[in-house]
Amino acid sequence: MTKPFFCSLVLALGLLTATAALAAEGDALDAAHTNIHDVAAMQRGARTFFNYCAGCHSLEYMRYSRIAQDLDLSEAQVMTNLDMTGDKFGDPVISAMPAADAAKWFGKAPPDLSLEVAAKGPDWVYTYLKSFYVDPTRPTGWNNTVFPNVSMPFPLWELQGVQTPVYAPARPGHDPRVEKLQLGQPGLQTPAQYDRTIRDLTTFLQYVSEPAALQRERIGVWVLLYLAVFTFLALLLKREYWKDVH
Amino acid sequence: MAAAPNAYKPDNKALAWIEERLPIIGFMRSATTDYYAPKNFNVMYYFGSLALLVLVNQIVTGIFLTMNFNPSAAGAFASVQYIMRDVEWGWLIRYMHTTGASLFFVVVYLHMFRALMYGSYKKPRELLWILGMFVYLALMAEAFMGYVLPWGQMSFWGAKVIISLFGAVPVIGNKLVEWIMGDFLPADATLNRFFALHVIALPLVLLMLVVLHLWALHEVGSNNPDGVEIKENKDADGKPLDGIPFHPYYTVKDLFGVGVFLLIAAFIIFYQPTFFGFFLEHDNFVPANNLVTPAAIHPVWYFMPFYAMLRVIPSKGLGVITLFSAIALLFFMPWIDRGKVKSWRYRGVSYKIALGLFALAFIWLGKIGGGEGTWIGDTYIGRALTGVYFAFFIFLWAYTYFGWEKTKPVPLRVTTHD
Repeated sequence: MTKPFFCSLVLALGLLTATAALAAEGDALDAAHTNIHDVAAMQRGARTFFNYCAGCHSLEYMRYSRIAQDLDLSEAQVMTNLDMTGDKFGDPVISAMPAADAAKWFGKAPPDLSLEVAAKGPDWVYTYLKSFYVDPTRPTGWNNTVFPNVSMPFPLWELQGVQTPVYAPARPGHDPRVEKLQLGQPGLQTPAQYDRTIRDLTTFLQYVSEPAALQRERIGVWVLLYLAVFTFLALLLKREYWKDVH
Repeated sequence: MAAAPNAYKPDNKALAWIEERLPIIGFMRSATTDYYAPKNFNVMYYFGSLALLVLVNQIVTGIFLTMNFNPSAAGAFASVQYIMRDVEWGWLIRYMHTTGASLFFVVVYLHMFRALMYGSYKKPRELLWILGMFVYLALMAEAFMGYVLPWGQMSFWGAKVIISLFGAVPVIGNKLVEWIMGDFLPADATLNRFFALHVIALPLVLLMLVVLHLWALHEVGSNNPDGVEIKENKDADGKPLDGIPFHPYYTVKDLFGVGVFLLIAAFIIFYQPTFFGFFLEHDNFVPANNLVTPAAIHPVWYFMPFYAMLRVIPSKGLGVITLFSAIALLFFMPWIDRGKVKSWRYRGVSYKIALGLFALAFIWLGKIGGGEGTWIGDTYIGRALTGVYFAFFIFLWAYTYFGWEKTKPVPLRVTTHD
């Protein structure tokens, strides 16, 4: 009699997981394929972040010392190559730009990026960084297909180049829709190199949004192995005791 | 019921001295080795002990979180990140607490469904069921307030939506909402009081209710998948023929259940702690901001079926009444269902179908409650499913009151065991 109940239980859990997986799927985002255990990728991502992003964006919950520890960098490497604000090694990453001025210049203060990947997901960040295009109607001259009317001017344009939009024919009464983006003016990197650059940057930001993930995934295997042995022994113990139940 | 606790006389002199003054060993024995449980429990009978395990987990991890959490609107969000990054093992303690909260509802829902399958709410277990329903109510309040504490966007907007339900109360509604929040919006005062209620007031209520629930259980004894009263067949010593001592038989069996449960819990904690945005929602990684409304506001998954009812009913007052009566009706199950046969194994086939539809409506409503809410079809399906939810109770009453149910003969003794 336990079988049908067990089956329906498994079925219900399966349904829930399937729903969860469906809900987790975004609409038309490119897969970032990040791997936070690739230390070299995170080092490259950190370099890109501090060269191109850290001028305006802070990582207020991330300390320089923790970055050094998790990315296999020495204190000297971090203090000379990443820390450009003169903050101490144990300090969090705070941009030098005063928030009030930033709000005046861009219309909106640049958000802190400590938890950006946790909030939006790696695929969103990755796709966002390759979806900027020239739009003369915007104050900064830039727009984005993933984040329409974005306030940020595109800081990585010299790497990616300048994308121009190709519009789909507008339906009557609607604004024309961007169908795809094409590279109008090439940048310093080829499209493949640029994809790797922003994949590495996304990987770094994913790590920043949850540094504990490194530790968590490393320890998890051993916890599960221990529990598997424990559960097996508990099963044997139960069988032994229940031999005399008739 | 086992022998009176004070009947036990330990041989050891020191223990005997204690026992004469405080019969604690006798009490322990009467609740474990002298407490007889039916020997035919199946997989659905693991969830009671698992709920107790999760309760202990929530209290222990909660104590450690309290040491590092800052219950203020200005500091709460940052202190959660402090726990996640700077507190030694803080991330593990927090994930155990957040995963535990969701798994608490998983085991409690399965535990309640078990009672519906085997008629565990029926005489003589009516009070046991009602106490369990109060545990569920306290748990909902506890979980809701806990979700507000990290002070992310979903904490703030979820709190705003749920508290505003009380605005549907006639005349005093708006004042009541302000009184609950201590402000015109969820704010510092709201967070402070929710913290107090979450870490001390409601846990005390929960613990007390759980003690009463277990007390009532040990008085009337467990039901079982056959719905047979094991106390009606006893041997010469007065022990139930179909019963076995809870300890060691069910302690070792539950130990195995604990192992399987911990494997699932550990997998989530270590490899999918947000559970695809269901246990920890993406929007809650953004600090609370009363000027920016998130694209979709919804409570955590375990409230979604009830939230869906609220969402698909156009009038707020009617929606709130529907939501509260959906929960309130469950309290009256022992009197709505007048059938004498307990287990669905021997009940009419219509009962099985009705219970299946009821479960389906509940899960599907949950899906609608958590959806985008943009497709109009969901509104109509949601209304139909709300109808199915309530029809279950009406059907069950008529089915048993007018004697339409064709039951099978109930065996005198339990039919299976491990």
